[in-house]
Amino acid sequence: MAITRKDVEYIANLSRLEISESEVDEYTKQLSDILEHINRLSKINTDNVEPTYFVIDMKNVTREDKVEPSIDRKKVFDAAPSIENNGFKVPKII
Amino acid sequence: MDLNQLTIEELHGQLIEKKIKPSEILDSVYRRIEAVDPKVKAYLMLTKELAYSQAKKAEERLAKNDNVTELTGIPIGIKDNMCLDGYETTCAAQMLKGYKPPYTATALLNLEKAGAVFTGKLNMDEYAFGSSTENSSFQTTHNPYDLTRVPGGSSGGSAAAVASDMCIAALGSDTGGSIKQPASLCNVTGLRPTYGRVSRYGLIAFGSSLDQIGPITKSVRDNAILLKYLAGIDAKDSTSAPVGVPDYAKNIRPDIRGMKIGLPKEYFIDGMDAQVKSKIIDAVKLLESSGATVKEISLPYTEYALDVYYVVAPAEASSNLARFDGVQYGLRDTKADNMIDMYKRSRSAGFGKETKRRIMLGTYVLSSGYYDAYYKKAQKVRTLIKQDFDRAFAEVDVILTPTSPTTAFKIGEKSSDPLTMYLSDIFTIAPNMAGMPGMSVPAGFDSSGLPIGMQVLSAPFNEQMIFDMADFYQKKTNWHTIKPKF
Repeated sequence: MAITRKDVEYIANLSRLEISESEVDEYTKQLSDILEHINRLSKINTDNVEPTYFVIDMKNVTREDKVEPSIDRKKVFDAAPSIENNGFKVPKII
Repeated sequence: MDLNQLTIEELHGQLIEKKIKPSEILDSVYRRIEAVDPKVKAYLMLTKELAYSQAKKAEERLAKNDNVTELTGIPIGIKDNMCLDGYETTCAAQMLKGYKPPYTATALLNLEKAGAVFTGKLNMDEYAFGSSTENSSFQTTHNPYDLTRVPGGSSGGSAAAVASDMCIAALGSDTGGSIKQPASLCNVTGLRPTYGRVSRYGLIAFGSSLDQIGPITKSVRDNAILLKYLAGIDAKDSTSAPVGVPDYAKNIRPDIRGMKIGLPKEYFIDGMDAQVKSKIIDAVKLLESSGATVKEISLPYTEYALDVYYVVAPAEASSNLARFDGVQYGLRDTKADNMIDMYKRSRSAGFGKETKRRIMLGTYVLSSGYYDAYYKKAQKVRTLIKQDFDRAFAEVDVILTPTSPTTAFKIGEKSSDPLTMYLSDIFTIAPNMAGMPGMSVPAGFDSSGLPIGMQVLSAPFNEQMIFDMADFYQKKTNWHTIKPKF
């Protein structure tokens, strides 16, 4: 199944990416090629096959609910592009 | 021979006999980097000050014979997707240029505890997306055996640095083949451990159900030594497995009599590089004549592994890379006047082409209406791939295949066609999807002098079998000791 320019623009928006007109063309072609390859999977019979999301047999790893030291707040803020009043500063949200 | 050319084992022997000092090893490593890295371009950053302070501590430990390990005083290079507190960690991505993480990855802490010395950060494909290191935002690494060719990827900097003696060993990470494939192309020994064997805490995430950190070394024995210190459960990574860590190097068997080798017919196909095929067959014959038994096996769903991978890995990557939003760290566009535009402009400026392609592919297969057809379908086929391997390992101890269908290709040769590039990992992806450990071990050279690697696979948490088989092979051959000429 080939994907269209409109699909690519829609996915780019979902992915929070801005792409140029020429990139839309390029990605439409490349993603269509890749998806065409991947479509071979639809021919495989997977009735009664459970999906493997995770390869080792482990689940719900828990630890004791005990307070331990964590990363120093100042060091975290040092890497931030913009901070104010002990918080990450961002542009207007709504 | 200069100290930088030696193995961990050889240097450790000289260190404990007090014949040499850690700072002398480090001097020789940095001299080598100065001489050849302008051509190879493996390092993104050197951590000289840190390295010399670590070497000094190692020297004190050795002098007092206090807590000396095989890694004490050994210079190790680090792929630049592992966080090192206070030192730039970029994933070779414009997005993270200048980023200094506030903590250190568990794998690195483990090495530091053992007394290792960190030489610097090594180049890679941006976020580990690639098989050639050409997707780095900063530089293209060159293959030491032919500077016009790629070193493979994504751990291309790590493999090239070990191959050219710019460190004694290095760490790489492997999602679809990113340790094994560059190890094959650069004539070094690279292990992707079982998923869950090494903590992923502090490894910048690509595909969370696939990523593993592993050692890239000059010999199988060095690899076994390094894995012992890397491996183990970590409270900070709930996917690290509660499985004991043996002393792999010490336990290596002296011979391989009675070991059962499986040769999957799907990995020796028409159309693959004839020289690659013939070298692997030679290796198998050698092992058979040394007492191993060889049996043809079948892994029929291998054919679909690449398709499954290019659904699952981009899906996980698109989710993981959502964190690069310009808020807490990394590149921020300052012109946008609202939040959504800030996200879009920051991400578009910070991500390279391949990264954007994978994010969009992943977003598409996870999007409403396509999730069942692509993502869930792929995970079901993944089950079939895993069942292939489970059946095979009920009959054999190790599986041998070529690591890569070709030797190193030219820089630029495949960079415009993503699908062709993706095919570079065709032999490494199936075992990775199934969670199997695997090593690439040097198995000869083609007629142009380019290295050929053999992939050695075992059942999960059975790395010992890989070390047994591969170490025996290295005792019988000298491929791994043949150095590049500059």
